[in-house]
Amino acid sequence: MTEYFISQGMDESWAIFVASVVGILAIALPLMLAVAMVIYVDRKVWAAINLRRGPNVVGPFGLLQSFADGLKVFLQETIIPSASNKGIFLLAPIITFTVALLAWAVIPFDAGVVLADINVGLLYILAISSLSVYGVTMAGWASNSKYPFFSAMRAAAQMISYEVSIGFILVCVVLYAGTFNLSAIVEMQRGHGLGFVNGYWFNLLLFPMWVVFFISSLAETQRVPFDLTEAESELVAGYQTEYSSMAFALFWLGEYANILLMCALNTLLFFGGWLPPVEIEFLYWVPGIVWFLLKTFFFFFMFSWVMATVPRYRYDQLMRLGWKVFLPMSLIFVFLISGWLMLTRYDDPDYDCVPVAVEGTTGTDDAVLCGPERIVP
Amino acid sequence: MTVFAFYLFAALMLASGAFTIFARNPVHSVLWLILAFFNAAGLMILVGAEFLAMLLVVVYVGAVAVLFLFVVMMLNIDFAEMRAGFMKNAPLGVAIAVVLLAELVLGIGAYRAGALELGVPDGSAAPLLGESNIESLGALLYGNYLFLFETSGIILLVAMIGAIVLTHREQRNTRGHQDIGKQNARRPEDATRNVSPEIGKGVEL
Repeated sequence: MTEYFISQGMDESWAIFVASVVGILAIALPLMLAVAMVIYVDRKVWAAINLRRGPNVVGPFGLLQSFADGLKVFLQETIIPSASNKGIFLLAPIITFTVALLAWAVIPFDAGVVLADINVGLLYILAISSLSVYGVTMAGWASNSKYPFFSAMRAAAQMISYEVSIGFILVCVVLYAGTFNLSAIVEMQRGHGLGFVNGYWFNLLLFPMWVVFFISSLAETQRVPFDLTEAESELVAGYQTEYSSMAFALFWLGEYANILLMCALNTLLFFGGWLPPVEIEFLYWVPGIVWFLLKTFFFFFMFSWVMATVPRYRYDQLMRLGWKVFLPMSLIFVFLISGWLMLTRYDDPDYDCVPVAVEGTTGTDDAVLCGPERIVP
Repeated sequence: MTVFAFYLFAALMLASGAFTIFARNPVHSVLWLILAFFNAAGLMILVGAEFLAMLLVVVYVGAVAVLFLFVVMMLNIDFAEMRAGFMKNAPLGVAIAVVLLAELVLGIGAYRAGALELGVPDGSAAPLLGESNIESLGALLYGNYLFLFETSGIILLVAMIGAIVLTHREQRNTRGHQDIGKQNARRPEDATRNVSPEIGKGVEL
């Protein structure tokens, strides 16, 4: 995109700036639309599972329900409790919303269609997702009210606990792919299963890790059965209790943007991203972004499915699952996967070799350093 | 562009560092500290250390600062008492400040006198050509410095286990321990009994 703006006669730094702004808008605006539609889909799925009709009044099939809700919320009065800490009270929803959008910068929608194709993409996602706890914690504290504060404490403990196991699961994927770049991780999944299935889910060592990752992503986004931060029978509405109007809407949008992000991560890390499910020539006629979105929305359907069918966990059970089940399990799998890779991949004598540029030659294939030698200059 | 970004990050970092100290409310202090961490990460990205920048955000912002915030939010701070404590602790504080100032002056003086001779770099720590940050760091940590790296890991592990052992209290036999396996294995048949009592007669439990 930068080249296009340069060809339109722009200065290079200006072209980079304009291209970034256009790229950000091209991701954020469809994302907001997707969030609005996804809330509608969510309610329709719960309704179908509960044998109800769901929203069906606003627009055809109730399709415009989310926009009507948005308008309603927009026209409400913003109430700031007089005992609250005003600055932080208003900052909290903004942080939640911004952080939910930030992580999308490194998500590849198709081969090469990514805003920032950075080497540390997965670490960036981990870093950004660890920030989303601040919005909730600040909101709970600044409300100066008991229930939001309890909710904030629960949220902080829950998100830190599950981030640990998510970190180890990501290590497993990174070990297999050999890179932190999300596009490269997707490319490494091409033909991974039996030479024609795209994706890591087929791998017997990684499939259990996907199951753990899926459950952890439910906990990380505070969805049922782990929605203890907004358990209405215990905490009114959790950290959002004192919020109204747009501040409340920002929490809402951020929450769903985070859920979509987790669905996209499930797709990218274990189900081959934009690649079709199996390596067959005619499946490539469908554009990659369609595969990516199909898989992402399938995972969103699974999120709603879980929400409609699984009862809420008790808080001590939640902590037990995170620390006593998922953490040891993912640690053992890091060990198993490293062992398996040592056994299979590192037997290959050419695996760990890097080409070294020798003066007077073109560089590649001329001189090669292997194994531990390659780090000695 | 880069220069603009550098001054932006540097200025924000200095400002938020100052606010960390001057903020009245300790929660505000922690939030300013987080902003300072962020801008430090931005500066690291500018010098091309993107891996370290991400680690800073993951470890300090994502874990350490959350725990800070957690603790500080729970504190119930009485400002009047804190001011009284300020006067009481002032002599000690001034003494520490003087020591720090002396160290700074000495350090700057020593630096002015000529840089320390630490030997000529032999290039063994230089990043490899065309490799990313992560690869060169990994090659060094798990290659040249494997022993030191593993040793520090073991020391940290021992410290962690020590902290747990020192603070752990066995509560299994005292009261109310739940056996999750037993709870999960419990079925409605074990806990309930269907009876159809005759009218006017109770049920033997």
